[in-house]
Amino acid sequence: MRQWRIIAKEAMARASIIGKFLCLLHVTDAYVLSSNHVLGPSMLPTLNITGDVVLVEHLSHRLGKLGSGDLVLVRSPLDPKKTLTKRIVAMEGDKVTFSLDPTRSHSSRSLVVPKGHVWIQGDNLYVSRDSRHFGPLPYGLIEGKVFMRVWPPSSFGLLGE
Amino acid sequence: MGTPRVLWSITKKCFTVGVITLTVSDLFASIVPVRGASMSPTFNPKTNSLLDSLSDDRVLVEKLCLRNYKFSHGDVIVFSSPNNHKEKHVKRIVGLPGDWVGTIYDVVHIPEGHCWVEGDNSASSLDSRSFGPVPLGLVKGRVTHVLWPPHRVGTVDRKTSQNRVSSSSSASKF
Repeated sequence: MRQWRIIAKEAMARASIIGKFLCLLHVTDAYVLSSNHVLGPSMLPTLNITGDVVLVEHLSHRLGKLGSGDLVLVRSPLDPKKTLTKRIVAMEGDKVTFSLDPTRSHSSRSLVVPKGHVWIQGDNLYVSRDSRHFGPLPYGLIEGKVFMRVWPPSSFGLLGE
Repeated sequence: MGTPRVLWSITKKCFTVGVITLTVSDLFASIVPVRGASMSPTFNPKTNSLLDSLSDDRVLVEKLCLRNYKFSHGDVIVFSSPNNHKEKHVKRIVGLPGDWVGTIYDVVHIPEGHCWVEGDNSASSLDSRSFGPVPLGLVKGRVTHVLWPPHRVGTVDRKTSQNRVSSSSSASKF
């Protein structure tokens, strides 16, 4: 009988350590730093089409320290299960001029980004689906700021303007 | 002295408890107070009882629905306001993606990935009738139970208004 109690106590102790570690992992992943695999052509030439692993920090958007030119990871307004990586082109209150078809330079529209929203665009304007298609993005959909690429090793380094 | 060690051990315990609470409240369920009367009489009904007027209702918000974002008509959800990400609102889902919702002025089509929310107390509720369809990515959880005040503890039921919403799923019955 006593054997089982000792084994059970040890199992509980081990499980609680693992549980605490997983909780710490979740908090770090959601509130501090996480890594993401991003792929697709919409951010060429900044990010590769075949896929990069980038580091995303989750502090700047909570502190309101995002600005235009930042690369951000956002939850897609068209499908909440998907995340997109795009660049902030304009913050709330800014005026943004864009054209849906980059091949025709004379068809452009302007609007002012409403309060609580940002305007995001992919670096590859020809294939990216972004704010030019689904409108200004509510700030609450921003999940983090992409600041560094760690894979492939040949393009290891900070990602900026 | 033993004080720095005791202090360090207390700090470690607080940190651990904090991390565990944060994880549970993010991934499973949390308890939130409901402010305002936009969901009256479901939450914060203005009755003459003393407990009702003393404090706000506390509700249980489950986060498991955020795994696959599958909601039904009549679910009460908590979401970040599209105009101010720091504010959170509690409203009921009236329309899901693909539905047509009738407002006073016209009929709105709910785009993919969005939902139409309205407060139960239409007279004093700031909801999709003012700020339009809400992206489902802004949803932070689903309200399942009222936990306070004690005399109104119970589950929060789904309530649908069939006459105002034409959904793609009901149209396929014909």
